[in-house]
Amino acid sequence: MTHATPQHTGPTGPETTTAFWRGVRQGLPFVLVIAPFGLLFGVAGNEAGFDLLEVMGFSVLVIAGASQFTAVQLMNDHASTVMVILASLAVNLRMAMYSASLAPHVGPAPAWQRALVAYSMVDQVFALADSDYRLAPKQSLRAKLAYYTGACVPIVPLWYGSTLAGALLGKAIPPAFALDFAVPVTFLAMIAPLLRSIPHLVAAAVSVIMALVLAFLPAGTGLIVAAVLAMAAGAQTELWLARRRAQQ
Amino acid sequence: MTTAETYGAPAIWLIILALGVGTFFLRYSFLGLIGDRPLPEWALRYLRYTAVAVLPGLVAPLVLWPDATGGQPDPARLAAAAATVGVGLATRNTLAAIIGGLATLYGVLWLLG
Repeated sequence: MTHATPQHTGPTGPETTTAFWRGVRQGLPFVLVIAPFGLLFGVAGNEAGFDLLEVMGFSVLVIAGASQFTAVQLMNDHASTVMVILASLAVNLRMAMYSASLAPHVGPAPAWQRALVAYSMVDQVFALADSDYRLAPKQSLRAKLAYYTGACVPIVPLWYGSTLAGALLGKAIPPAFALDFAVPVTFLAMIAPLLRSIPHLVAAAVSVIMALVLAFLPAGTGLIVAAVLAMAAGAQTELWLARRRAQQ
Repeated sequence: MTTAETYGAPAIWLIILALGVGTFFLRYSFLGLIGDRPLPEWALRYLRYTAVAVLPGLVAPLVLWPDATGGQPDPARLAAAAATVGVGLATRNTLAAIIGGLATLYGVLWLLG
């Protein structure tokens, strides 16, 4: 075989190393958003009266900021235990879609590696991996896993650390810092670069409108419905544009 | 009485563990079930829009009705959201978008004193 490519070099081949460091580098900017996000969760947990172990239990065992905030918010509102669990899990339903999106890429990995990928599948790591695998779909499985690991390095340990710092610092952070808005800014900063085609714009618009229209539904439910409609809108727009191009 | 006292440690840990296990299985679902079988084209076409279908809907109510202002729209937060999206679209750079958004947030909060 004369057309051997560097894609199939062994476990420590240069492609794997390059992919790992590309992941670290592209994950680094999220330090600026994960840190305040985790800090804010630590503060919120502390204010709700949770002890250190409970606050850390959320960030280490659940490791999903939006649903952790949902749980604490609903508990502050004295929702029933069952409702807290259901609504917070509903917020995380999007992760089943992330899982489906990554399955074609890391599906061939052994079960324990897929379990680790699943555990650390936070929004930012997913967004990075999804984008990297789409830009370079021919990477080897090892390179894809190395990229994923690299992306987790600046993000996952910092999530634990900043939660701990927030829980310890507690109320020492003045509300003037408006840390609450670090969360929406993070999400918006992740969305904007994704809006690269008409179908993506259509999907985003449907998502926003339907989420606002359905905001009266129990927490998380409206978002799920809006997301399904938005995905369908994006996919149909893509099909429609492709058909129109084919006819011209 | 704090929220934690209202629920008590057993209920709090039940919530943490149920969320932890449930979230793990949502994340593992397709990775575990589908393995290396390829997904059909129509499924991939839907999945291309996963992120843009979920994240904007998640963020829209947080921008329009922030908890920190009691659910009232707030000029500083609206301006910060617009700046984040604007910079993100112009530069295609997440970090630049975050810096632009936070700078606008603190700038407008400071201006409005």
